[in-house]
Amino acid sequence: MAFSTALITLGVSTQAIARDNISIVGSSTVYPFATVVAERFGKVTDFKTPKIEATGSGGGLKLFCGGIGVDTPDITNSSRRIKASEFEMCQANGVTDIIEVLIGYDGIAVANSVDAKQFEMTLQDLYLALAAEVPNPDGSDSLVENPYKTWADINSDLPAKRIEVMGPPPTSGTRDAFVELAMEGGCSTFDFISAMEKSDKDNFKRVCHTMREDGAYVEAGENDNLIVQKLEANPDALGIFGFSFLEQNSDIVQSSIIDGFEADFDSIADGDYVISRPLYFYVKAQHVGTVPGIKEYLAEFVREGTWGEDGYLADKGMIPLDEELRDEVGDAVLNLQALESIE
Amino acid sequence: MTEQTTQKPQADKPASAPKKDTTALVRATLARRYAAEKRFRIYGIVAIAASLSFLAVLLVSIFIKGWPAFTHTFVKLNVTLDADTLDIGPNPSSAELRAANFASVIKKSMREKFPDVKKRKEKKALYSLISTGGEYQLHDMIKADPSLVGKTIDVWLPADDELAAVIKSGADLSKPENIVTRMNEQQLGFAKILKEAGDTKTGFNKTFFTAGDSREPEQAGIRAALVGSALTLLVTFLLSFPIAVAAAIYLEEFAPQNRWTDLVEVNINNLAAVPSIVFGLLGLAVFINYFHLPRSAPIVGGIVLSLMTLPTIIIASRAALKAVPPSIREAGRGLGASDQQVVWHHVLPLAMPGILTGTIIGLAQALGETAPLLMIGMVAFIVDIPGGFTDAATVLPVQVFLWADSPERGFVEKTSAAIMVLLAFLILMNAVAVLLRKKFERRW
Repeated sequence: MAFSTALITLGVSTQAIARDNISIVGSSTVYPFATVVAERFGKVTDFKTPKIEATGSGGGLKLFCGGIGVDTPDITNSSRRIKASEFEMCQANGVTDIIEVLIGYDGIAVANSVDAKQFEMTLQDLYLALAAEVPNPDGSDSLVENPYKTWADINSDLPAKRIEVMGPPPTSGTRDAFVELAMEGGCSTFDFISAMEKSDKDNFKRVCHTMREDGAYVEAGENDNLIVQKLEANPDALGIFGFSFLEQNSDIVQSSIIDGFEADFDSIADGDYVISRPLYFYVKAQHVGTVPGIKEYLAEFVREGTWGEDGYLADKGMIPLDEELRDEVGDAVLNLQALESIE
Repeated sequence: MTEQTTQKPQADKPASAPKKDTTALVRATLARRYAAEKRFRIYGIVAIAASLSFLAVLLVSIFIKGWPAFTHTFVKLNVTLDADTLDIGPNPSSAELRAANFASVIKKSMREKFPDVKKRKEKKALYSLISTGGEYQLHDMIKADPSLVGKTIDVWLPADDELAAVIKSGADLSKPENIVTRMNEQQLGFAKILKEAGDTKTGFNKTFFTAGDSREPEQAGIRAALVGSALTLLVTFLLSFPIAVAAAIYLEEFAPQNRWTDLVEVNINNLAAVPSIVFGLLGLAVFINYFHLPRSAPIVGGIVLSLMTLPTIIIASRAALKAVPPSIREAGRGLGASDQQVVWHHVLPLAMPGILTGTIIGLAQALGETAPLLMIGMVAFIVDIPGGFTDAATVLPVQVFLWADSPERGFVEKTSAAIMVLLAFLILMNAVAVLLRKKFERRW
């Protein structure tokens, strides 16, 4: 009671208030890139600077698909493609015209201090070092609790140092992507496990996605800066974090070579460095015209100076698409071409 | 019953024992008791010293890290603002001016400064020494004075955060191997030339207090978060203070003692212990989803935080009202004042210092809160300074969190500087409370 009166005294009606800035939600991985574009957009045009919240990819899509109207976000960022279930939820809530924009790639770096020797390993080594259960070292097709204590136990070329890897906790999108790309990639190199993917998918996921909890993998919190600082202090440890943090701290940490390639601009763009993922954002085409500036924001985003090879997003650590794909996506976006279905 | 039986033998013993023995006993243990007393005091002093040293370590590290954020390095450039390079016509419109190519003007002047730089990679290294904020600065200059177009002028443009960090640290640029930086040797070479020619200066970083958030550390400012915090707290204060004081007065002065008022009292106390994120969820469900108030707005933030501060203020206000001696009320009524007059003229003014203390504690809590704001969308990237209660905004602690999470190293100092601003805000609030308390305080 008291509050409804208070609301009225403050002169706020219970009707939705028209909005003159774009509202963006979604992935914290895309956040550092979207914010740069938004800031630039706010400064070089007469529109207001879009407001960007980092809610995570899933949380963003949930808000985005909540309905049509100015109290729902106009754009959601995502570090994975929209799922069929989410697309259906959108449709059911009246969000029928969704423009999909693939903007580039993000790498996940496995790095250590520049004071230590650079690691050179395969995805399989990484999986064997970090999984809770690994194939029996005697070569039989059975799983045992991870017996490896030092890197040399796994691969005699690696240093005889205790395995100590700092990475993000399960709540992080970086962790999800790391598990899916690196761990799954490494465990699929064992034939009997990869056969499991078809016969017993749940078990396959459990085997490949469970990180060990005996102290070799340290959950170092969501803050990637903290991991970089810890690596500087502890040259024996490895850390897992987003590529942009590697770029920004290249004087402190170095990328490990994985399957022959280290995480750098070219290797991620060419797809040689395997631990990388696509970045997307989704636009509510029905809001174009209602909320001012959406079209212009899209135009700013798909400009060569923004997302191109020498664009400012590349300076921030985003790996651009190749030219052909940029042309294709850019055209579709500027024509406000909506997604028809998700297979 | 059991209490009495256990007490009896204890009470008997000293009475039956001879007096002399008691004195001897006391003498014998006296030294030990003094020592225990002394130890007890030492424990207290140690506890205070420990907490003070923790605080000192925290503050000193924040100050040392945050101090550089209040200054910034500028580079002197001789720029030619010709219309061709800017790509604008005569009498450009505001939109045309905004889209003008200020970057190429700056690049051109840098090439003139370093004519030997020819390779593409070298050029890129050179250009990255100047912040993109320089372009906005030139834009603002031309907007203020359009006659500058076509002229050649000397301007001080903000340096990029990496260059600024090196210059500010006072490192010896002739020994590049000793400098920890992401700048390469060539860039350090440029920096050395600029510094030796007197083309760099370090001055007060006005941008930090005038700008909103930015992804470039050198352009990021605290203003948007500061204004957001102020607007949010204003809403919180305007809502929670009158409601809480009215509730406290009714409960303390007028409410009959019965089961209902007991229930209300218990619930208020419980409310004070509810985790703040729950209020955020409530805010999302009620104010945003039902009342359709805008997301990320100070009005919603203020309402949610006032829910959180209400119980704190009510409890403190009730304690303050209870502390007013009953004789004051009786005297007032004895002279013919009505209950309302007693409250307004006598009880409330005397209780005000206590009420204000409670309010400030509640508001200080609200100032440092981030969890409930997460749910209502105030954890966001905000560049424009909010102009009203319904504009998108963020608050100081959220700004600290967002900067601490940014990859660019320049944000380390900004984070600490933002904490300093937050602390200053808090101290200011407390100072106002102390002043008001001094003004109202009355002894009897």
